[in-house]
Parts: sequence; structure tokens; C-alpha cells
Amino acid sequence: MTLVYKDLLSEFRSRETISSMLVFSMLVVAIFNFAFDPGSAYAQQAAPGILWVAFTFSGIIGLNRSFVHEVDKGCLHGLLLAPFEHGAIFFGKMLGNLIFISIVELLTLPLFAVFFNLQTLQGLPQLLVVILLTTLGFSAVGTLFSAISVNTKTREMMLPILFLPVVIPILLAAVNATAMIFDGKGWNDISDWLRLLAAFDLIFISLAYLTFGFVVEE
Amino acid sequence: MLTDSKSQRVENVLGLLLFLGMLMTLYNVFIYAPTEKSMGDVQRIFYFHVPSAFIAFLGFLVCAGYSVAFLIKRNHRYDRVAYVSAEIGVLFSTIVLITGMIWARPIWQTWWTWDPRLTTMFILWFLYIAYLMLRNFTGEDERGARFAAVFAIIASADVPIVYMSIRWWGDRMMHPKPVLMGDEDSGLAPEMLYTFLFALAVFLILYFYLMMLRLRQERTAEILNSMKKNLALHEE
Repeated sequence: MTLVYKDLLSEFRSRETISSMLVFSMLVVAIFNFAFDPGSAYAQQAAPGILWVAFTFSGIIGLNRSFVHEVDKGCLHGLLLAPFEHGAIFFGKMLGNLIFISIVELLTLPLFAVFFNLQTLQGLPQLLVVILLTTLGFSAVGTLFSAISVNTKTREMMLPILFLPVVIPILLAAVNATAMIFDGKGWNDISDWLRLLAAFDLIFISLAYLTFGFVVEE
Repeated sequence: MLTDSKSQRVENVLGLLLFLGMLMTLYNVFIYAPTEKSMGDVQRIFYFHVPSAFIAFLGFLVCAGYSVAFLIKRNHRYDRVAYVSAEIGVLFSTIVLITGMIWARPIWQTWWTWDPRLTTMFILWFLYIAYLMLRNFTGEDERGARFAAVFAIIASADVPIVYMSIRWWGDRMMHPKPVLMGDEDSGLAPEMLYTFLFALAVFLILYFYLMMLRLRQERTAEILNSMKKNLALHEE
């Protein structure tokens, strides 16, 4: 818990990660608008996909930063020496990442709704649940892989290569659920995808929790 | 000694078996096996495609299994097996994808479709590549082995999940159903079944042969490296 507080505090003092994630995520939304003919029906169809591409890539930026401070300033050694188990460090970092990515997603959403002319308000609760479940899975996998990639020679390059193929099932469920929500479907229609997302989250969180100790040990 | 004579003998025997088996397989596939009624000669690629898929999955399973064993026992040999097996897995999953495309072009009129089996194999291929890149970028030390093992475990859990989620995605099943142990009417003609099983056995031998070869190579490289280090120390 203290770890979450520490991460949040240092982030709110500098605001460097969140602001770059946010700008990046908005840029992705904007770029896709140009890639497809702006305002065309085609862009409307691709809207759920575009939203999730923006969230995924900005998430990667945030996850990349997650362990950089810890390793560069030797904080990770301090954390590992502290009298709590490695699993607690994992959950602390995961929760921090979850909060960062969620904030960025929530801030991108209004802009997205404006650009794509969406009546997101009616499906908003459903959409928020989908976003939360997906981001939870992203944070679990991402925190683990971020701890790995920060120790490799290529650092930032490695995370997307590890992260993207593994989160494909989560992303697929998220995009499909989002597409249904944009079509005006209710809870009943998306409940299958929600359950699938919850199951993926459970699997990835427990696996990442179990293996995290092997990543950080010295 | 670099190699003990027993494993060397096993390797030689496997090599000989492999040579004869491959000649037999080529004969079986191109001359002995009858031509399939609706697809024609293209169907013969099946005898290479399906065994390659078996080996790709086997390589992946072995990699994941030995990764778990490595994390528990911390024996460097387990890690070596996992690494070598992943390498062979990349090779065979590439073969699966390419032979599949060659077959799909005349039969489905398209090189590629996002069918659950195809997609899963494609993502499996990506995961293998990521695994090998991770190894290359973390160096030879024990830490790199740990990272790779963790990734292999997560990736192996991911493969069935990918398959499941794409099946849920909707009705995109195009890939032929398994002909073995499938429905009553989907079986193979006896000559085809024999050809297939023979090819599968030869591919299995190929897998073990390649494993032994690469493991010996890796061991030799390690010995060579430690010799070099010793030499450098002496020169100073």
C-alpha cells in the first residue's frame, strides 16, 4: 500500500509519465482519424479498435517507466530488502500501474467520444467495467514484463515484444465488448465477454504473482 | 571429454534412422500414398504440415516444462533444454505456417484467414520469437535464464487462452477438423494413415536428433568459453 502511495506521490510531483501517456494516447486517436478518411463510416466501424490501440500503446509507455526509476536509482534493492514479501511489491506496482493507465484512459475517453461522434453516455457504465477489467489484465502482465524488460539490454524495445502477443486474448475480448457497447447493446449481451475478461484477469494475475519473485530475486 | 561416447552413439543411430526414414517418407508421400479425390496432389503437403504442427507444440511444451523445472531445481541443464527446444519450435512453427499457406492458396483461394487454429499458431510463433529475443538481449547469465523461464510459463498459459478467445469471436472455423480420432466419416484411407503416421514418427526422430545436436553444440560452446576465460587469465 505504501508502495502505491509512493508511486502516486512521485508521479503527481513530476507528472511526467501521465502527461506523456495522455498526449500519446490522444495522438493515436487523432492519427487514426487521418489514417481512415475522417468522419467516414469506415472510421466509425473501426472506432472500438482505435480506442483500444490508443489505450494499449499508451499503456506500454506507462508500463515501461514503471521500473525505470526503481532500477536506475537502486530503489528496487531497497524494496527487496524491506520486510515484506515480493508478492506485495508486485501488487503494489500493479495497482500503481492500474491507476496510472486508468487515469489516462478516462481522460482520453471524452476526446475520443468527441472525435468519433459517439453517444457513449448511454453505455458508459458497461464501457467503464470493460475498461477496468482489461486494464487490470494489462497491468498484471505489464508489471511482470516491465520488471523483466528493464533489465534487458534494449529496455524499452523489449516490453512491447513480450507484452503484445500475450495480451492479444484480453485485447480481443475488450474490442468485441466495446464494439457491442457502441452498438447500443446492454449488460446481457456483453456478459459473456465480461466473464471471459474476468477469467483472463484471474489467470494472468495469479501467474504473474507467482512468477514475479523469480524475476526480482538477486 | 566433450561428449561421452554413449550419447554420441545414440546420436549416430538416430541420424542413420533419420536418413532412412526421410527417404522412406519421401517415397511414401509422393509415390505410395494415393492422390486425394477432391484436392488432388496439393493434399500431400498434409504429411509435412501436420507433423510439423505436432513438433511445434511439442517443442513449446518441452520448453515450458523445462522452464518450470529450471525455476524449481535451478539446474542449468534444464534451461539449456528449454532454450534449444524453443529454437526448434520456431523452425517448425514457421514450417507449419508456410506449408499451410501453400495449401490454403489453391484450396481456400486465400493465403491466410483468421481461423482459430491459424491465429493460434501465428501467435505461438510470435511468442517463440519474443522468447528467443529476450534470451539474446539479457546475456548468458543466470538472470536471463530466469526471465526466459518466467516468460515461457506465461506464454504457455496464453496459447490455450488465445485459441479459446478466438473461438468465441465467432464462426470463423475454416481449418479442416482433425482427421485422426475425428468423426466416423472423416478418417483417412489406410495407405494415407500409414504414410501420415510414418511421417510423424520421422519428424519426432528429427526433433530428438536436432535437440541432441544443439545441446551438444551448446555444451561445447560453454566449455570453449570457459577455456577462453582461463587462457585470458593465464596471459595476464
